[in-house]
Parts: sequence; C-alpha cells; structure tokens
Amino acid sequence: MSAQEIGKVIPWALALVVAAFVPLMASPYWLSMATTMAMFVVLATSWALFSGPTHYISLATAAFFGVGTFVTGLGFQTLPFWMLPLIAAALGGILAALVGMVTLRLSGVYFVIFTLGLAELVRQVVTWVQNQTGQRGMYVLTSITEKDIYWMLLGLAALVYLAGWLIGRSKLGFALRIIGNDETVARHVGIDTAMAKVALFTIPGMAAAAVGAILAPRYIYIEPSTAFAPLLSFQVVIMALLGGTGRLWGPLAGVIPFTLLWEFITRQAPNQTLLLLGIVFLLIVYVLPGGFVGLWGRIRRRLHQGGGA
Amino acid sequence: MFILITGLLLGGTYALIALGLNLQYGVARIMNLANGELLVAGGFAAFWAYTAAQVSPVAALVLVAPIAFAVNWLIYRIMLQPLVSRAKSRGALEVDSILATFGMSFALVGIMTAVFGGGYFNYAYLSQPIDIFGSSYGQNRLVAFVLAAIIGLGLWLWLSYTRAGLRLRALAVNPNSARLVGIDTRAASAQAFALGGAITAVGGALISMFFTLDASVGVLFTMKALIIVIMGGVGDIRGTIVAAMILGICETAVARLIDPGLTLAAAYVLFLGILLFRPQGLFGKKPT
Repeated sequence: MSAQEIGKVIPWALALVVAAFVPLMASPYWLSMATTMAMFVVLATSWALFSGPTHYISLATAAFFGVGTFVTGLGFQTLPFWMLPLIAAALGGILAALVGMVTLRLSGVYFVIFTLGLAELVRQVVTWVQNQTGQRGMYVLTSITEKDIYWMLLGLAALVYLAGWLIGRSKLGFALRIIGNDETVARHVGIDTAMAKVALFTIPGMAAAAVGAILAPRYIYIEPSTAFAPLLSFQVVIMALLGGTGRLWGPLAGVIPFTLLWEFITRQAPNQTLLLLGIVFLLIVYVLPGGFVGLWGRIRRRLHQGGGA
Repeated sequence: MFILITGLLLGGTYALIALGLNLQYGVARIMNLANGELLVAGGFAAFWAYTAAQVSPVAALVLVAPIAFAVNWLIYRIMLQPLVSRAKSRGALEVDSILATFGMSFALVGIMTAVFGGGYFNYAYLSQPIDIFGSSYGQNRLVAFVLAAIIGLGLWLWLSYTRAGLRLRALAVNPNSARLVGIDTRAASAQAFALGGAITAVGGALISMFFTLDASVGVLFTMKALIIVIMGGVGDIRGTIVAAMILGICETAVARLIDPGLTLAAAYVLFLGILLFRPQGLFGKKPT
C-alpha cells in the first residue's frame, strides 16, 4: 500500500470506529434506525458492486435475503448462531451463480425480468413445501439483541467495502470496467465476459443472504410473504442509484437520506410509500442520472472550471 | 379437456396483453414495465363503468381503447421521447426506460390505491355457466376470449396489409433503415407505443370480467406478458399467440393438478427452459 492509499483508508477506518459506538449512545429508536441503515448499506453497496460496472439491474435482493432468513429460521436451534450467516452466504452465492449462469449470457432485459420474479418464484415454492409438510411460519426466539445485529451488520459492511476495494484493484475489476464500457471490445481482448459477470454477481447474492440470516432474529416471526417481500429489491436499487454507483461511497450517500425520508413518509402517510418510490425512481432518471456521485462530479468540474478561468 | 379449454380461454386474453407489450418493446423499443398497471387501470375503468353506469364491459371497450391510446401517446411523447433522444446506445435506452417505467409503475400503483382503495374489486357480468364438451365454463371467459381473438386478428391484418402497419413493421426491423425510406420514426414509435398501451388496457378490461383485480396486481401481469413476449420472440405476433396459449394451458394445469399457489412458478419454469434452450424465442432464428 502506498502512502496515498493509506491516506484514503484512514477516514474510512475512523468512520467505522465512530459507527461502532452508535449503539452505546443512541436511543432505542435511533438504534433501530441505524440498524436499518446498516442493513441497506450492505445491500445497496454490494448491489452496486455488481450493477455499477455491468449496468445489469438486479432485482434479486429479496430472494437472497429471504433465503438467508430461512436459514436462520430453520437452523438457529441446532447450530451456533455465527455459522448461520456463513451457511446463508454460501447458499446465496450458489443461487446467484445459478441465476447468473442462466441469464447473464443474454442481454440485460432477460436478467431484469428473471430477477424480478425470482423472489416470487422462491416464495411460491417455499409456501408450497410448507403447505405440503403442514408447517406454517416460524418463530425465531434468540437472545440476540438489536445491538448485536447492528454490530454484525457493521462488520459485514466493512467486509463488503473491503471486497469492493480489492475488486477495484484486481484484474476482475479492470475486466468489468471494460465490459461496462463496451462488451464487444471486452470479448475481443479475450475476457470471458459471462464468467466475470457470474463471479461478480455472487457477491450481492452472498451479502444479501448473510444480511437476511443476521436480521432474522429481529423479525421474531418468519413467514414466506414477509421474508421474500419484493419491495426490498426495489428499495435497494433506488438507494444505490440515488447515491450513484460510480464510487464505492455512492450507495451510502443514497441510503442515509432515503431511509430517513422513507421513515418519515411511512409515519405520515403509510399508503403513499409506493408513490414516493415511483417519484424517486423518476427523479433519478430525469434529474439525477448518476445519482449524488454524478452530481458531485459535475459540481467539482464546475468549480475547477470557475477557478481556472 | 377441461384444463385444455380453460387454458386456451385464459391464453387468449394473455395473448392480447402480450401483443400490446410486444408492440411497445418490439417496435417502439421501450421495455414498458408499467404495462401491468395500465392493464389494471383498464380493468378499473370497466369496473367503474359497469357498477356506476351499468355500461357493459364490452361497450366500455369503445371508450377504454381511445382513452388509453391518448394517455399512452402522451406518456411516450412527454416521458419517454427525451430518453430516446439522449440515449447513446440501445443498452443505455434499455436501462433508462426500465427505470423510468418502474417509476411510473410504482407511481400508478400509489395513485390507484389512493383513488380506489387497496381492496379487491370484481363484478358479476355474464357469470352464468355455459357447457362445452360436457364441462361448464363461465360465459364471461368465452366472451373475453372471442373479443381478444377478434382484436388480435384485426391487429394482425392491420399490420400485415396496410401501409401504416408496414411502417411499424419496418421500424421493428431496423429504426435507422426505416428513417432512410422516409418513415418518421418518432411519430411511428409514439403510435406503436400508444397502440400497444391501448391493446393492453383493453386486455385489462376483458380480464376484469372474470378475474379479481386489485391496485397492486399489475406487476404479476407485467411478468407474464414479458415471459410470453420473450418466449414467442420479440416482434413476432404468431409466436406471441402460441406462447400465450402454452402459458395459459401450463398455468391452468399446474393450478388444477398441483397447487393454485404455484402458477407463477410454473410460468418461470417455462421461462427458464426458453432461456436455456431457445433464448431467441420459439420461432426466432439464431442470431448470426
């Protein structure tokens, strides 16, 4: 690591330390808020790791997340808790690799459509299996507190950032940037584009499943319709795009304001959350392409030009 | 036999919806994910006409179609044309239009929930049974199927034998070449998008005759229409109709024989097979 890189890492490390102290100071309300934010930071950042460079819009988050909650729901009584996120991540990664192998050879539209229905597909199958075996929802009663959940999510967020940073430096990251710019060029210089995309897609799959496993105790009662709620996928997409996928910090910049806004709307006008979601989607497309990251880039450029003239 | 006929009757309406989406995606090049919401809006209109003014859903089509045409034309002109103009490549347009139409879809669900409430709605129109080959079916399903078949046939004749239809087909093949032979691609795209939207809304009005809708059910129809379009091949009317029938029969069979909760899963298994073995569609040629 060069001195310059160390200089870049220090603010992140400091931010992590500060974030780690939040549960000791915050009220229960703000702790719950911080947990929600930590959850979305992991989901949106890992989403952007894949969708940012490749421009494939994944709506599979809810499917991976649901798989994760079910791993905890089924295994928390027999296995130590620390193993569950790992198992969930492995399953999520396998599911992502399978989905990726089927759809990522084809154009982006196929991928969007397939991931759009994936959560519903898994939910229908799980519900059916539960009906067959006569089982309903599950209670997840553990001694894990909100604080523990928050710290685990924070650790996971640190891992995701580390992964993003490493990928950015690696050959895979370089290959992905070429694919994002022009896939034909990428193929001509000898990049196995399908394999690169599948490999990268396993990261949001693993992260979202692990988040699901960690968060399961928070829900206490798990049933398919809540575990696989498709809304989650859209929230993640919108937060990541609002922040911008061009930089590693982009999704974070989207998660914080959107979570606060969402909370506000949910309390003021619970029936209008979908309208809000739609309006923010349209805002991003028409007013903020590139999200806050793109906006920041434009502001900086203007400042530079102003200073030079 | 029961499964076959019910599936075909269902597939007829699916075919109409998917034809609407296929016009929007195949000709206007807009992947319209708000398609299902416009369908539900068409269903709402028919419901409202029937319960408030005792207008039969069939007569309501005369009103639903032109209104939906106008609304979709405006949507294309105001919301989507700027995206088409600024897009550098087909891929960029695809991402933009997917996000924009997702936005519209959520906004529409929000608005419809606010206006009509979150509850289910249905009405009884021609709900008497009719006997075909010894089993009974709802008359409304039969009427919906016949109407869908007439409209689909009309669309096919129009596209195949009129000059306006030829323009749209040329646009579907290649927008850049279409411009070379003097086709106003902007106007033709707007027309195709509006026509597709009108057909979808009519399909919604037909479905509302025998299917219970609610404000948020649209996405389910969007998914089914997408699967049909991809299965049949983008821009291929014959393929769309065959694919819709296959999906209708397949769903009915799964709902009857295994579990009604698995219909979407069945559609997805079909979709998966298509993606694995024939991603270019049932009748599509392999890209060279």
